[in-house]
Amino acid sequence: MGEFKVHRVRFFNYVPSGIRCVAYNNQSNRLAVSRTDGTVEIYNLSANYFQEKFFPGHESRATEALCWAEGQRLFSAGLNGEIMEYDLQALNIKYAMDAFGGPIWSMAASPSGSQLLVGCEDGSVKLFQITPDKIQFERNFDRQKSRILSLSWHSSGTHIAAGSIDYISVFDVKSGSAVHKMIVDRQYMGASKRKCIVWGVAFLSDGTVISVDSAGKVQFWDSATGTLVKSHLIANADVQSIAVADQEDSFVVGTAEGTVFHFQLVPVTSNSNEKQWVRTKPFQHHTHDVRTVAHSPTALISGGTDTHLVIRPLMEKVEVKNYDAALRKITFPHRCLISCSKKRQLLLFQFAHHLELWRLGSTVATGKNGDTLPLSKNADHLLHLKTKGPENIICSCISPCGSWIAYSTVSRFFLYRLNYEHDNISLKRVSKMPAFLRCALQILFSEDSTKLFVASNQGALHIVQLSGGSFKHLHAFQPQSGTVEAMCLLAVSPDGHWLAASGTSAGVHVYDVKQLKLHCTVPAYNFPVTAMAIAPNTNNLVIAHSDQQVFEYSIPDKQYTDWSRTVQKQGFHHLWLQRDTPITHISFHPKRPMHILLHDAYMFCIIDKSLPLPNDKTLLYNPFPPTNESDVVRRRTAHAFKISKIYKPLLFMDLLDERTLVAVERPLDDIIAQLPPPIKKKKFGT
Amino acid sequence: MAALEEEFTLSSVVLSAGPEGLLGVEQSDKTDQFLVTDSGRTVILYKVSDQKPLGSWSVKQGQIITCPAVCNFQTGEYVVVHDNKVLRIWNNEDVNLDKVFKATLSAEVYRILSVQGTEPLVLFKEGAVRGLEALLADPHKFIKIKIFTASVDRKFISLMSLSSDGCIYETLIPIRPTDPEKNQSLVRSLLLKAVVSDNTQNGVALTALDQDHVAVLGSPLAASKECLSVWNIKFQTLQTSKELSQGTSGQVWYYGEHLFMLHGKSLTVIPYKCEVSSLAGALGKLKHSQDPGTHVVPHFVNWETPQGCGLGFQNSEQSRRILRRRKIEVSLQPEVPPSKQLLSTIMKDSEKHIEVEVRKFLALKQTPDFHTVVGDTVTGLLERCKAEPSFYPRNCLMQLIQTHVLSYSLCPDLMEIALKKKDVQLLQLCLQQFPDIPESVTCACLKIFLSIGDDSLQETDVSMESVFDYSNSVHDEKMEEQTEILQNGFNPEEDKCNNCDQELNKKPQDETKESTSCPVVQKRAALLNAILHSAFSETFLLPHLKDIPAQHITLFLKYLYFLYLKCSENATMTLPGIHPPTLNQIMDWICLLLDANFTVVVMMPEAKRLLINLYKLVKSQITVYSELNKIEVSFRELQKLNQEKNNRGLYSIEVLELF
Repeated sequence: MGEFKVHRVRFFNYVPSGIRCVAYNNQSNRLAVSRTDGTVEIYNLSANYFQEKFFPGHESRATEALCWAEGQRLFSAGLNGEIMEYDLQALNIKYAMDAFGGPIWSMAASPSGSQLLVGCEDGSVKLFQITPDKIQFERNFDRQKSRILSLSWHSSGTHIAAGSIDYISVFDVKSGSAVHKMIVDRQYMGASKRKCIVWGVAFLSDGTVISVDSAGKVQFWDSATGTLVKSHLIANADVQSIAVADQEDSFVVGTAEGTVFHFQLVPVTSNSNEKQWVRTKPFQHHTHDVRTVAHSPTALISGGTDTHLVIRPLMEKVEVKNYDAALRKITFPHRCLISCSKKRQLLLFQFAHHLELWRLGSTVATGKNGDTLPLSKNADHLLHLKTKGPENIICSCISPCGSWIAYSTVSRFFLYRLNYEHDNISLKRVSKMPAFLRCALQILFSEDSTKLFVASNQGALHIVQLSGGSFKHLHAFQPQSGTVEAMCLLAVSPDGHWLAASGTSAGVHVYDVKQLKLHCTVPAYNFPVTAMAIAPNTNNLVIAHSDQQVFEYSIPDKQYTDWSRTVQKQGFHHLWLQRDTPITHISFHPKRPMHILLHDAYMFCIIDKSLPLPNDKTLLYNPFPPTNESDVVRRRTAHAFKISKIYKPLLFMDLLDERTLVAVERPLDDIIAQLPPPIKKKKFGT
Repeated sequence: MAALEEEFTLSSVVLSAGPEGLLGVEQSDKTDQFLVTDSGRTVILYKVSDQKPLGSWSVKQGQIITCPAVCNFQTGEYVVVHDNKVLRIWNNEDVNLDKVFKATLSAEVYRILSVQGTEPLVLFKEGAVRGLEALLADPHKFIKIKIFTASVDRKFISLMSLSSDGCIYETLIPIRPTDPEKNQSLVRSLLLKAVVSDNTQNGVALTALDQDHVAVLGSPLAASKECLSVWNIKFQTLQTSKELSQGTSGQVWYYGEHLFMLHGKSLTVIPYKCEVSSLAGALGKLKHSQDPGTHVVPHFVNWETPQGCGLGFQNSEQSRRILRRRKIEVSLQPEVPPSKQLLSTIMKDSEKHIEVEVRKFLALKQTPDFHTVVGDTVTGLLERCKAEPSFYPRNCLMQLIQTHVLSYSLCPDLMEIALKKKDVQLLQLCLQQFPDIPESVTCACLKIFLSIGDDSLQETDVSMESVFDYSNSVHDEKMEEQTEILQNGFNPEEDKCNNCDQELNKKPQDETKESTSCPVVQKRAALLNAILHSAFSETFLLPHLKDIPAQHITLFLKYLYFLYLKCSENATMTLPGIHPPTLNQIMDWICLLLDANFTVVVMMPEAKRLLINLYKLVKSQITVYSELNKIEVSFRELQKLNQEKNNRGLYSIEVLELF
């Protein structure tokens, strides 16, 4: 199959932000996740947990609360005191509205979905009416002494529970006055703590209020009498989050020790109607604070400071053994943060607020499989490009020739020209970028670096001509009338003739760049596209979907290729379909047209279209070289999928030239080393 | 979970089995090899694992084997009887049965019974039993004992019978060598109801697999085909079954994990396995529709009563008939149940008589209302104790406690009376047997155990199984102290508590010995260990501990400290002996006693040394743990270093070959 020199890169110092909130939408089976840097991500749980959308973060917008309302509208609120609504089609922020109550700590949508409640620093609880295109302030509830950290509606919509510092209030929604005030015990393992913070409340339809607090307690209160019914001490540290299932027969809490506890309503004895809440299962999938939890009908979802999103299926609710039955730990974004200049052997790393440019080293030595070669030149850090302003970088790209770097934030688009003189590098910003280029979701350079393609969040695709140190706007493909869907993925053919663009749900559009018109649309498929690329010479478009299917579509013929049809007829190997990370990058071998190179976070694969496809009885992954086998046997057992699992977690892999690969790994240990230390637990003694 | 495995057919030759099936299947002296005797002329030795015959012997034309061949386990020879009277003995080397040893007996033989470890017994048709060796030399004598598929269980022979109404009954025949004259009453209890249908009288057989399982061959109620089914008699459930479509001869044998039966024309072997199973699994495949709530629940709930035990009496008529046919002397069921009799005895009779009655009752342990009767008996006895201060049936109470069915909450008066009588032996027994003793009572026991004089202890007969003879190891104490104790972190020499040490250094040599020899006599140690083993809740125990006099607290602390030192002598931190107190129990009690009585103990001059020792003990433990924490950090750093070694750094160029 081939021998490669692999540049194994581990200096991409990427650390994901901690997870602050998760919100599950039952209707669409989607999960919204907000991170401490203000990024909001949307995961489609039906599409194999694919992260299909994201909203870039902002330094001043620390999200403290996230909720779905009015069906599928997403709102967030944070410490800057603003409530924001997200446009899930155009992938931008619809509006931000100041609630005028200081930092907002909590938010909850009413059971009907038409009202929004926020809890503020100044102790106020504010009710907003959700109108079709905005939200409107309605009134304040009785002001409390201290900040409102948690809110929960009763299913009837007549009462709410609000958790504060040292007490929980129950409000009557009609009058806005507090009906009960339930004081939470400050005692903590016998010693009196200064304050007891009620991190979360849940109002059940039978009138029970469940609270979780900083003293490590889960408490059940009777909201009618305002009395404590039951108390569970579950942790030596804060219990920070709670989420209740829709059926109200189970709930989940997360603690600062990284433990997630499952509580279930079970009958006291068999056949009896009397039920009680019992702590049933503890899970330790996190090392740090579990800041937030969610409860989907079939799984417990948790996230926190250790940056993992963990989806733990409830085995009793899972009927078929498939994707949904497996524990998921999502750590890395499902998009590419790295681009590469093949000609100059450069790597561009994208961070939240800066870009890094590295030049790969070189070697003159050769070796056999597995050898580490001595370096004649080490990798160089060429450039550290910091953004101006508080906004996170959305996307970035370096041109194949290495002389252009482009990136975009929500409000600005930046293009730089790089000049290389011996070992010196100079950088010049191209000024006066047109306003319509800002908030680009994807940037791509043509193979000859003369054209720049920009997918804006309004659905338009811009083509820009680059020459010397200047640029010229050539054309804009406007979205089809009636749609505003943003395009997230771009692919251009090496000859520069074709441009493919894919949105979050609709099919892939292929444009003719020479004639500046829409060429064709690839038939729509149920699962979102995770990566695509156009092969040289044949102009076949290879598309990977989140359900791990791979299609090959001939652009000139406007139809799927024979190979793709064969693959669909026979089906992929079951182990291939069971992988749980999406393919994030596809590339091709310049000299071997039958090869497709693709990778996900845990494997790298070369598909050789000339070999037979593996069936379910074949060994898909064989890490050992064939030994002492005749050519006949080798030919019989060989199949199209050549897989390597040496490099993981693999964030980027591409072919630099015929015999050289570059692989960018980000070991989890390196990420953990950069996190704050977890709560120390004693191992020995008392 | 009991399970029948895949069956296999043994015989390669079709057996000449008549309508009455095989004569028998018997074990040979080698496991896995069995003697199969057909009802014609042939004896075949099979190796089951290989599924093939190892040898075959036949008698001459015209002769008929009348008794299944058995193996004499003592000599390894085989014994068979043909034509009722002719005994043949041979071994593996013999080929022709006509040429082997032959003895013609005077009476007709019914069976030869061979049990591992003894010589085979020959059972004659008239009922005589003779040892084989004796028979070959001597004229015969008659003894009246007869055994069937019976299992011997320490005191009882339990006889299981499948009666014609389709139910399985268990009959217990107590072995009473002391009074053979007395008519023995047989208690027969219903084990399983209706496991086979009434109308299939023929082809029904039963064999006991183990204590709780029986295999039944016959037609179940619903199905018409014959089946082999395994029942759990404890839970009354069907564990597994297997359909035998070609019909059987109504015979089942069970030897060493294999069930043998005639299926159609061939001998079939079904391996049987019973592995430890969960309760849920044992609840079985067939649910009984009977409602357990319908019969009157006695005062004490008896979990071991099988469902539908009330029906057993209705069938007594029939059972008696069966039993009589089997030539066993059966007395009529007593008019008054034995329990009632016993209770009336308790109220009137002398201690001696009660003891006899109780012992008799306890001998028949398996009665369905056993729990109830024990509870009632104890209550009755205690009531009488209270009424008559001189009445104290100690032996009866001891026996009743040892039945394992009593608890504190069933008879709270029992311990109260024992405390009053200062009966340490009974109290020890209670502490060992009762799971639910309140902390106040535990503490009261502790007070008595600490205060009772050594001389009065000498007379008692307490159980010593938790105490190891510590005096044996005293002589090499000093050496061990240097090495072993240091190993577990307690090192008085290096302690920085200098001013304490000065005082300690002054202590005379004999006092060192004192701290390493047991501060209490062995019997007291046994009693205190019973306290250490008892369950408690700190909150409830603490207030009661404050009532114990200070010198007793000190004594107990000394003993606990001594136990701790003994514990730390070995690496596993355990005490020698059968059922010794654990380190956790010792530490818990030291903490508890100090918590409760610290202010008192600290003022006592004689406790000073002990306190200093304990203080150093704690301090050394803290040091150990802090050292462990330090070591952990060091280890983590080492691990990191190790990882870095494996780590190829941030950047490398490697060679990859894809195959």
